[in-house]
Amino acid sequence: MSTTTAIAPPPAHVPNQLELTPKQAWIRRIPLLPALVFTIILTQLPFVATLVISFMNWNAYRPDLKGFAGLSNYVKVFTDPDLLRAVWVTILMTVTVVLVSLVLGLCIALLLNRVFLGRGLVRTMMITPFLIVPVAAALLFKHAIYNPIFGLLNGVITWVWGIFGSDNAPQVDWITQFPLGSIEVTLIWQWTPFMTLILLAGLQSRPAEVLEAAAVDGANPWQMFTHMTLPHMRQYLELAGLLGAIYVVQTFDAVYTITSGALGTANLPFTIYQTLFTAQDYGLASAQGVIVVLGSILIATFAVKNVSSLLAKDDGK
Amino acid sequence: MTTTAPAGTMTATRPAPSKPASKNQLGKSALTVLTWLIGLLFITPVLYMVLTSFHSEIDAASNPPDIFAPLTLDGYRAFFGGESGANPWPSLINSAWASVGSTILVIVLAIPAAYALSVKPVRKWTDVMFFFLTTKMLPAVAGLMPIYLIAAGIGLLDNIWFLMIIYTAMNLPIAIWMLRSFLADVPPALFEAASIDGANLVQTLRRIIMPIISPGIAATALICFIFAWNELLFAKVLTGVVAQTAPVYLTGFVTSQGLFLAQLCAATTVVCLPVLIAGFAAQDKLVQGLSLGAVK
Repeated sequence: MSTTTAIAPPPAHVPNQLELTPKQAWIRRIPLLPALVFTIILTQLPFVATLVISFMNWNAYRPDLKGFAGLSNYVKVFTDPDLLRAVWVTILMTVTVVLVSLVLGLCIALLLNRVFLGRGLVRTMMITPFLIVPVAAALLFKHAIYNPIFGLLNGVITWVWGIFGSDNAPQVDWITQFPLGSIEVTLIWQWTPFMTLILLAGLQSRPAEVLEAAAVDGANPWQMFTHMTLPHMRQYLELAGLLGAIYVVQTFDAVYTITSGALGTANLPFTIYQTLFTAQDYGLASAQGVIVVLGSILIATFAVKNVSSLLAKDDGK
Repeated sequence: MTTTAPAGTMTATRPAPSKPASKNQLGKSALTVLTWLIGLLFITPVLYMVLTSFHSEIDAASNPPDIFAPLTLDGYRAFFGGESGANPWPSLINSAWASVGSTILVIVLAIPAAYALSVKPVRKWTDVMFFFLTTKMLPAVAGLMPIYLIAAGIGLLDNIWFLMIIYTAMNLPIAIWMLRSFLADVPPALFEAASIDGANLVQTLRRIIMPIISPGIAATALICFIFAWNELLFAKVLTGVVAQTAPVYLTGFVTSQGLFLAQLCAATTVVCLPVLIAGFAAQDKLVQGLSLGAVK
């Protein structure tokens, strides 16, 4: 390592790179082009198509009506109570899941950021839920955990009541009584490990000397947490929250599996899927898609800013 | 954790504040126990899944749960085509194809791209990086419909190759961000030496870049594999019978009735196994991958 840094090029070399001839510039671009063209074709063109179709009347059941529709699909999105509910459910689900898993993730990351017996094993146990295929996790929670007759939750209640000699333990029909909560708990179970991992990495990047200095100065753990840990962690909390939000907004598997969108749990991705396949209304599905994109751009703007500030910090080293 | 170390040595050398120290020790043990309990709580559903997959259907459906019931492979036998005649193998093979195939494509496209974004950067390389990032931030569901219409139009519905292409597009931005962050860690002198020798691009990539960042490539590949294997929405929309993937096969259990819990748990255990293996293998690089290389 020391030898490689010793023969590192002088800084004078860098401006040289910026003054490239057009030919040199194109040679540099060649390795980038396949990936760039591929990505543009497969991710940008579909969005353009979505935007165009959203202004069209296009229903597979009524091919005779295909044509320009103006804003009517958008009017439908914002006047149909079911669709408005889907927008609301998406917001509620995303905010709840991200906030709860963020808080849990921070607490668990703080607990894991200590030296104790079996730390590696507990860390591995914490990661595991994130490595369960989402549709498998949703099926597992729906049938093996929430099921009112043989699910684990009611089973544990029966068992605890049995210890105290009672044989009429309350049995809850979890999904029917708490449809949205059931989905959210499943998602929180899967996303808390994600938050924990990012926040743990953030905690471990805290400069140790500063913490030691603060400890010598007699700062108590709470003061150190609020004055040093939290400010340092702000960036990581934002990053974890925004990335989590971007993924959770797109939740389809859990809604499809646990409730199939019934009991007021249909979020936008599920609704788009339904509009596309049950109603075969391509125009309306596109308008819904555009709404999701607009919402995501809002989150993404903050996320890009955040990631770029982390990158800038990285370059500054 | 560095702050707790001096406190520990202090109790050993200085006996004076013994009471607060022992209280401190007790608090630490309590925190350790709490950490363990939380870890166990999070892994319980997974352990319960694996345990139930080895129980008979009758034992699996008992309430309260009989965790010491005799073990059997009946659940796995039923899943791999017992009496129902359903055969999960084609869907597992399709999933393997789509995820391995797309991962290879992703890596082949991403290595040169990452090179052009870090080692010999193109002009405005940061703009290109953020372009890739934003494609990941726009919800895939919005592009679902035109992709479905295109697939239907060119007769590629229910075709595993088309799904492979979609998964490649889905994972390419992640791979480029990850690989660039690995390349950025390599001392530039290593690349300088290679270019002085007059190696061309392909030689440089194969002989210099790939060996240096092979752990990074492996981690990137594992994460792309996981995302492709997990994907349900596009697979459900774009495939039907022939190209059905394992997650789509699993959705057959959504409306199951009767005694099927052991079989379900066997099915989910089998489908999760490749991801669990890939995830534990990539454990150390998981954070870097999930945060698109922003956190190391």
